[in-house]
Amino acid sequence: MSAPPVTPALRLRPRSAWHVATVVETRRETPTAARLVLDVPTWPGADAGSHLDLRLTAPDGYQASRSYSIASSTPHGQVVLAVDELPDGEVSPFLVREVRAGDQLELHGPLGAFFVWRPGESARPVQLVAGGSGVVPLYAMAAAHGVAADTTRFQLLYSVRTAADTFFADELAALTGPAFGLDVVYTREAPDGWPDAVGRLTRETLAARTVPAVQRPRVYVCGSTGFVEAVARWLQELGHAADDIHTERFGGI
Amino acid sequence: MTHHLDGNVLAGALSEIFTSDVTAARARCAGCGQTSAIAEAMVYTDAPGLVARCAGCDQVLATVVDAGDRVMLSLAGLSAIELRR
Repeated sequence: MSAPPVTPALRLRPRSAWHVATVVETRRETPTAARLVLDVPTWPGADAGSHLDLRLTAPDGYQASRSYSIASSTPHGQVVLAVDELPDGEVSPFLVREVRAGDQLELHGPLGAFFVWRPGESARPVQLVAGGSGVVPLYAMAAAHGVAADTTRFQLLYSVRTAADTFFADELAALTGPAFGLDVVYTREAPDGWPDAVGRLTRETLAARTVPAVQRPRVYVCGSTGFVEAVARWLQELGHAADDIHTERFGGI
Repeated sequence: MTHHLDGNVLAGALSEIFTSDVTAARARCAGCGQTSAIAEAMVYTDAPGLVARCAGCDQVLATVVDAGDRVMLSLAGLSAIELRR
């Protein structure tokens, strides 16, 4: 007798839908960003790395929608976002400055099957590379990896302006251990006594602080468009195959 | 220089058209023949709608325009899409 057919993973993924979220808490994440904890009773759960579209409607009916990575979420429970305020942004200044506990927001998600990590899918090591607020979906992957007690080697290289600008600093520090390594590059100002040079991420630092191409890591890069394109180009120059590099760009207005 | 994002940002708009997420699907550019995930296309969001261009040759692959009660989709720049069952 043949083995029963394996259900494709696709069918098990949470389906996207529109949800009404109620803001439970909002607090400062960095000098320019806020962490939003949302109560979403209809939320189906989400793969680590996925995002949602958040839609605001003005009293005159004007609507604006933007995509935000999901930092963490629980089915039928809470969704946590960390939103960086973009200068001249249309949605992010409202989310960072104006939103209060009790406010309601419209969400469409979870979205995206490309920039996701699922436990048990591969034994290859995973290298995460974050620029600024691009760490949010990568933090979600690292946290999911920790919760699953997955022993696949995970490493995060995080390029950030200063210690104060670090997203999920305490949570990331708590995740470090034998299966998760964290490397930080400060681009503007490092804490006192920091041993490494301060400045923008270079190809040399990337080469020295990431899993080498010979180990065939699966690589996830998230940051501004310029950051992602520079890092993806360097990774290919360092021998990583294009298909092993997953990228997600953010920015815009 | 115009700012672009990438095909990940299409997931919401396309989920209202396709039954499963297509951003992870591989697609072939009708201009240069390059095959890559939809998520890797360059996406311009400052047009009246979303415009996806090939990261290899800049050809317009797809456009999605949300007109409230209607959505207009063009996939004219794609010669094939591989969808997972």
